Amino acid sequence: MSKHRIVIEPDTEDSNYWKDLWNFRGLFYFLAWRDILVRYKQTAIGVLWSLLRPVLTITVMAFIGWLFKSNIPGGVPRLVFVAAATLPWTFFSTSFSEASNSLIANSNLLTKVYFPRLIVPASTVIVCLVDFFISLVILIVLMIFCKFIPDIKILLLPLFLLLALVTSLGTGLYVASLNVKYRDFRYIVPFIVQFGLYASPIAFSSNDIYSNQSIPKILKIIYSLNPMVGVIDGFRWCVFGGNISMNLTGFIISIFISILFLGFGIWYFRRMEKSFADVI
Amino acid sequence: MSNPVIKVENLSKKYILKHKNSEPYTALRDVISNKVKTIANSKSQILNPKSEEFWALNDVSFEIKQGDRVGIIGRNGAGKSTLLKILSRIVTPTKGRITIEGRVASLLEVGTGFHQELSGRENIFLNGSILGMNKNEIKKKFDEIVDFSGVEKFLDTPVKRYSSGMYVRLAFSIAAHLEPDILIVDEVLAVGDADFQKKCLGKMKDVSGQGRTVLFVSHNIAAVQNLCDKGIYLKQGKVQMIGNVEAVLSSYLKASSEIQQIDLADRKDRSGNGIIHFVSVEVKNENNIPMKSLQCGKFGKIRINFNRKNNMPLNNVHFAFGINDEYGQRIAQFNNEITNQLFSDLRVDTIDIIINKVPFRQGIYSFVLFATVNNEIADWIQDAGTFEVEAGDFYNTGKLPPDGQGNIFIEHSFQLIQP
Ligand SMILES: Nc1ncnc2c1ncn2[C@@H]1O[C@H](COP(=O)(O)OP(=O)(O)O)[C@@H](O)[C@H]1O
Ligand SMILES: [Mg+2]
Repeated sequence: MSKHRIVIEPDTEDSNYWKDLWNFRGLFYFLAWRDILVRYKQTAIGVLWSLLRPVLTITVMAFIGWLFKSNIPGGVPRLVFVAAATLPWTFFSTSFSEASNSLIANSNLLTKVYFPRLIVPASTVIVCLVDFFISLVILIVLMIFCKFIPDIKILLLPLFLLLALVTSLGTGLYVASLNVKYRDFRYIVPFIVQFGLYASPIAFSSNDIYSNQSIPKILKIIYSLNPMVGVIDGFRWCVFGGNISMNLTGFIISIFISILFLGFGIWYFRRMEKSFADVI
Repeated sequence: MSNPVIKVENLSKKYILKHKNSEPYTALRDVISNKVKTIANSKSQILNPKSEEFWALNDVSFEIKQGDRVGIIGRNGAGKSTLLKILSRIVTPTKGRITIEGRVASLLEVGTGFHQELSGRENIFLNGSILGMNKNEIKKKFDEIVDFSGVEKFLDTPVKRYSSGMYVRLAFSIAAHLEPDILIVDEVLAVGDADFQKKCLGKMKDVSGQGRTVLFVSHNIAAVQNLCDKGIYLKQGKVQMIGNVEAVLSSYLKASSEIQQIDLADRKDRSGNGIIHFVSVEVKNENNIPMKSLQCGKFGKIRINFNRKNNMPLNNVHFAFGINDEYGQRIAQFNNEITNQLFSDLRVDTIDIIINKVPFRQGIYSFVLFATVNNEIADWIQDAGTFEVEAGDFYNTGKLPPDGQGNIFIEHSFQLIQP
C-alpha cells in the first residue's frame, strides 16, 4: 500500500512528477485521440482543413518570393522549395497558437481532476503533428507534379521534425502558462505568428540572408536566433540535398535556442502549474 | 488499530479576492500600466489595494482510517469543495501537510471532460481515462458500466443528443466503477433522478464495503446519514466538529436551523429558464415573526422570496413546494394548481404558504422548490434546504401515535354506528 504514498505540501518539489507523467500517459493518449476524433469526425472537412491552410500559405509565399525574385537553388521548382518550408512552419504555428489556448480550453478538466498539466499542451502539439503528417501529401503531390526527385537525405527528415517538435513544445508550454496568468496575452499570439511567417525563410532562402554582404553581422545573428530558421533550413537540406548549403553556425545556434526554449518552457510551466486551478 | 490513510495537519488555503474586475486572473495590460505608474510615481502603492486575502480553509487537522466513510458537511462556502480539491491534488495548499496512503479517485463533477460530439462509447473511454482508469480497466468494466447506466441503445449516438437524465446516468456509471483505495465525492448526487441516486448510493456503499475509504460531501442529509459512519462539520474554513455521523449531523442541523433564512440566490444546482429565481425561504409564525422551526399542530407559514426576470408581470404561475422526510421520500406537496390558485398578472416577489395546522412529527425535513410559468419550468431546486418541526400537541390530547406509527398526523375522530 505504501507504494501509493502521497505527501501534499505547499511549495515542495514534487519528486513523483515525471513518474506521474508516465502513469498518466493513457490520458495523454486519450486527450489527443479526443481532439483528433472531434476534428476528423466529419472526415472530409477535417482533412480539407488541415490541407487548406498550408496550400494557401504556399501559394501566397511562392508568389511573394517570385515577385521579389528571391534566389532558389538551380533545378528546384519554386513551389516545392516553398512547400518544404511551409509545412514545418504551419506545424509550428498551429502548435504554438493551439497550445497557448489549450489550458483555457480545458479549464473544466484543470479544476476538476488531477493530472500533470503538461499533458494538455503536449497532447495539443501531438494533434498538430497528425495534421502535419496529413499535409505531407501536399509536398508529395507537388513533387510529382513538378517531376522533382528528392535527395536521399530526406531519410534524415525525422531528425528535423524532432527539432520542430522540441521548438513547438517549448514555446507552447511557455505561452500556455502565460495565457492562464495574463488572460489578454492571447491577443499577442496571432501577432507573433504573423511576424514569424515573414521572419522565417519561407518565401526566401536563408542563403540570401547569410551571403548578403549588405546585411550587418548582428542582424544575421539575430536572424539565426529564430529556432524555426534551423528547422526550415534543415528541412530544405534534407529535401534538396546538394543544392542547399547549410549555414552551420546559424544551424547550431537554432538547435541551441530550441533546446533552451524547451528547458525554459518546462521550468516556467512547472513553476506556474500549481496555481493554474486557482486562477483559471 | 489501523494507521490513518489520510492525515491532514494544519491545512490552510488562502485565496486572493480581487474586487476590481472580479476576475481571478491578471491582465498583462494592468501589470504593465501599474509598472509604468510605479516608475513614474515611486510613492504609489505596489500592492493592488483592491485585492483581499481570504482563508477558505484555516488550520484544519484530522485523520481518516482505512474503510472509514466520512461525510463532510457545512454550509455553502464553508470550504468543503476546497478541502476535496486539495486532497485530490487539484489545488495546492497554502500551509500544512497531508499524507495519503493509497490510490485516490475523485469525483467532483459528473461527466468531467465529456465531449458533446463524441458518442457514449467514446465518452466512456475518455472519461474513464480522465478519472484515472487505464484502457484495459475500462475495457474490462465496459459492459458493466453500460449495463448500470441503461443507455446501451444509444451507445453510438453523440452525447449531445442525450437527455440530461441519460447523460448523468452514463457519467455516473463510469465513476461508480472506479476502484481506488480512496474515493472522494463532491455534491454530484444533487443531479439525476431519485431512483438513480438511490442506485448510486447503493453502489457506493458496496464500494466502501470492500474496505475502501470514502469521503462524501452532500447537501442531502439523508444520503450522508445513509452512507457515512463518520462526519466532519466545517464552518467558515474550520473544523467545527468531527466524530460519529449522527452526532455531527445533529450538531450541524441544530446550527443551521438557528439560521432563520435559507439563502438560495447563489445556488448553482438548479434548473429552469430563470424567469423566476428563488432567493430565500423563511419560516414564520402567524404574526410574521421569523421562527427557527415549525411547531407540530400549530399555525405555520413558509415564506418564499424570489425574483422575476426583468420584474415583468407573470401569467399562469405555478409553484410547488415538495417535502421529503429524512430518507428522501416525498411525503407531501404544497401546490397552487391543486388549490386552484394559479397566479396571473403576478407582480409580487414574495408568497406565503399557509399551513393551518402543521401535520408533521418532530424532525428534520428537506424541501424541493419548483415553479413554472406558462407550463415551462422557470426554476427548480432539488434539496433546496431543510426545516425543522418541533414536537407539539397535534390532537390536543397530549398524545401522539408511537414512533414508527407514521409521521403525518391527520385530524380524525371515531364514530359508533348503531346496528
Ligand atoms: N479559485 C477561487 N478563487 C477565490 N475564491 C475561491 C476560489 N475557490 C473557492 N473560493 C472561495 O472559497 C470559499 C470556499 O469555497 P468552497 O470550498 O467551494 O465551499 P463549499 O464547497 O463548502 O460550498 C468560498 O467562499 C469561495 O468563494
Ligand atoms: Mg462545494
